[in-house]
Amino acid sequence: MSPVGNALRAGRSRGLVELRQSVTNGGDLFNHFFWPVLMLVTLWFLRDREFGQSGFPLGALVLPSILGMNAAMAMVTMSQQLTADREDGTLLRAKATPNGLLGYLTGKLISVSGGLLIDLSIFLLPALFLVRGLAVDRPGAWLTLLGVLLLGLIATLPTGAVLGSVFTSARGQGLLTLPILAVIAISGIFYPISVLPGWLQGVAQAFPIYWMGLGMRSALLPPEAVAVELGDSWRHLETVAVLGAWAVAGLLIAPVVLRRMARRESGSSVAERRDRALQRVG
Amino acid sequence: MSADGAGNSPVAMSADGAGSSAVAMSADGVANSPVAMGGDAGVADDAVVIDVVGLRMRYGTADVLHDVTFRARRGEVLALLGPNGAGKTTTIEILEGFRTRSAGHVEVLGADPARAGEEWRARVGVVLQSWRDHGKWRVRELLAQVGAYYHGYTTPWDPDDLVDVVGLSGQANQKIHTLSGGQRRRLDVAVGIVGRPEVLFLDEPTVGFDPVARRDFHDLVRGLAAEHGTTILLTTHDLDEAERLAGRVLVLDGGRIIGDGTAEELARRVAGQNEVRWSLNGDRFSRPTDRPARLVYELYREHGDDLRDLEVHRASLEDTYLSLLRPVDGGVR
Repeated sequence: MSPVGNALRAGRSRGLVELRQSVTNGGDLFNHFFWPVLMLVTLWFLRDREFGQSGFPLGALVLPSILGMNAAMAMVTMSQQLTADREDGTLLRAKATPNGLLGYLTGKLISVSGGLLIDLSIFLLPALFLVRGLAVDRPGAWLTLLGVLLLGLIATLPTGAVLGSVFTSARGQGLLTLPILAVIAISGIFYPISVLPGWLQGVAQAFPIYWMGLGMRSALLPPEAVAVELGDSWRHLETVAVLGAWAVAGLLIAPVVLRRMARRESGSSVAERRDRALQRVG
Repeated sequence: MSADGAGNSPVAMSADGAGSSAVAMSADGVANSPVAMGGDAGVADDAVVIDVVGLRMRYGTADVLHDVTFRARRGEVLALLGPNGAGKTTTIEILEGFRTRSAGHVEVLGADPARAGEEWRARVGVVLQSWRDHGKWRVRELLAQVGAYYHGYTTPWDPDDLVDVVGLSGQANQKIHTLSGGQRRRLDVAVGIVGRPEVLFLDEPTVGFDPVARRDFHDLVRGLAAEHGTTILLTTHDLDEAERLAGRVLVLDGGRIIGDGTAEELARRVAGQNEVRWSLNGDRFSRPTDRPARLVYELYREHGDDLRDLEVHRASLEDTYLSLLRPVDGGVR
């Protein structure tokens, strides 16, 4: 097999090993369960609430939105892991290996998407029993869900890689949290976006989180629920356009930024970051 | 000083003494003949594998390396010795292709590391000063993962054989973050050689080793050079290590190479540091000399069998090293 084919295969096994590690180690397992369980608790409290005058159960609106939000959060996971892997030298190790960066990225895509699937299942399976008012007994629902998930990942993972390349320390990653929480707050995840002022709606629609929530709602909710959405439409075309734009931008920028970042990696830069990290602790 | 006592034992001194300048010490190291290869590799093929000419490195306005020039031939073990901040790591990182130089000619395996591709990468092994990566992986798992990238270029080491070679067979299925410092370092070396590199760069490889681990590691490195013709460039603070391991020692200080040769050549270069020690009627004496043979002869002629505890110490690499560094430390940088 060609060296590049080898690297792709090695990357696949790398991703699977990392995925297995994440379900066999206490800390990672906690991470897998923490957010899904928190979201389930949220759903539990929303179970009897209805949205405004529509009479539509709020839980049914929120469940698909949470799926969309979680999927978009894979961007943050990607970014955090990249930063962590730079800090401890994993990335440099990949750089010291022939076609290692290719294998590294392949592995990362597999482990992050695989981890996301696990997280989504941990949330979705119990949630289906908690929430009424979904329309999930048609195959089209699940196909749309998969489609939105796939497009969403292509839109967000490269962006996550770019963010991971830009932030050189875990502390920098921390700075990301606040703006992301702000975007989640205005993206109509826990309450429909239509209640927000127009300009905030505009801001939210520039980011993938809103569109992934919308796409997931279009997949799992009955047709009449569309009345809650902006313009009384699922806006599939716009969803594809916005997520597609993020995907194209990410795929164009990510290789450039990643290459630039990788070029700068060296033993001393890793050592420098380690010393900085130790100083913070000490 | 040295663990096996051979380091500065009463070795045979050359008859003409050390004062003679018979051994050429070329400043640029290029003219330095294959003599430098000593006995550690019976390699017939003496192709130049590392070729550095006039290497300069500048960060901002500070020059870290000035005009570094040296060569290494196939199967040679070269130690880059120097105090902290001398530029050892910078030099090795440039050769590894991890850092872009400011000026000069650098060739490793016939290619410029700054531009070389993946095929070149497959022929080069790298052991950095410290790795903390892949803590959740198991030893064998990581060796198999990294080895997989080399298929198609070469036949990488089998992970099971490799853990044996570096003495980690007991830890093969252990998670990497549970390894001791010395075990971790041996794993780093294993990862560095899993693709059977033709050139191996080792940055401070034995920091934190106990004496046994250090000796095993030295055997491993010598074996790689002798049996596989691997060219090895290692940096170290440890003079004893440089002396025992390397066919040739480069002393780097303040971004310049201030010494290049075998440990013996370097030692002879600094005159007057051989020392003869003896005792007479319970009193101990010692005297530095250029001509230890003559001194011993004279002592014996004078004192006959009263002469006791006679020892001839050839200058150690440490003496040489310190005397090489001193003028620079004291002088203007």
